[in-house]
Amino acid sequence: MREISLHILDLVQNGIEAGARNILISLNENNDGYFVFSIKDDGHGMSEETLKNVRDPFTTSRTTRKVGMGIPFIDMMTKQCGGNFDIESEKGKGTLVTASFKEDNIDRPPLGDFAKTMKVMIVGAPQVDFEIVYGKGRESFICSTKEIKKILGADTDFTNPLVYEWVENYIRNEIEKLDNK
Amino acid sequence: MKTLDDLKALREKLKEDIRVRKNDGIKIIIGMGTCGIAAGAREIMSTILDEIATRNLQNVQVQQTGCIGMCEQEVLVDVIRPGEDRITYGKVDVNDAKRIVAEHVVNGRIVEDKVIGKIKQD
Repeated sequence: MREISLHILDLVQNGIEAGARNILISLNENNDGYFVFSIKDDGHGMSEETLKNVRDPFTTSRTTRKVGMGIPFIDMMTKQCGGNFDIESEKGKGTLVTASFKEDNIDRPPLGDFAKTMKVMIVGAPQVDFEIVYGKGRESFICSTKEIKKILGADTDFTNPLVYEWVENYIRNEIEKLDNK
Repeated sequence: MKTLDDLKALREKLKEDIRVRKNDGIKIIIGMGTCGIAAGAREIMSTILDEIATRNLQNVQVQQTGCIGMCEQEVLVDVIRPGEDRITYGKVDVNDAKRIVAEHVVNGRIVEDKVIGKIKQD
């Protein structure tokens, strides 16, 4: 995958398919020389047995094909970029994945279009509450669907174009503000 | 429309919008497994969402699904118009996505050259 955003989108799908109601995405473009992100979900989690084999492409929970490439992909990518990939999970509790890349490694993919990615993610799983903590060094901003619901109402329809366009523009604008600091 | 103040202003606008918004149920479903994402599903879904916003379509629901086992045909897009066959489009690019919205979703004309499956709906 050409963008870190796409890996994030892919990993978040795992949480959605695990029945998560809350997903927290934290990322930092430059945390002491590393590009880091983590995704925490409260889905059904994995058994120790599954967790042990999760980096193996021939391990997958799906039934439509016999290989699962998402986690092996990101695992390989972080290691190629002088970083690391870690996954913690507990059955019934949820899963936490963390990935790091050396920020200045020549093979590190760009973050890519994160605002667009979040728009697609939020519309695709309107049943999930997302919280995004986006940092660059010590500066950061937060985008949370729960906070949006406080303003627009508990029944906010994230599949409404007016709402998802705002989310995309807001994130794009906040990233730009961080970049200009 | 990008600040928190804009969001507050949106609240009033949405009150009116919800009244006109009805759901006579055209559904668009996009494959978002690892295979779909690697083939460009994010761009396709984003394009479709932007088309819906630009055209102010009131009756279209966009959903995602995981891998359905036809990875080589990704990006897969299904369109379901009420009372008609479910149409599966394969190897959809951004241009195809715009055509599918303009032709099939808006005007009811199937984009035949991209169809890879039809499922009868009762």
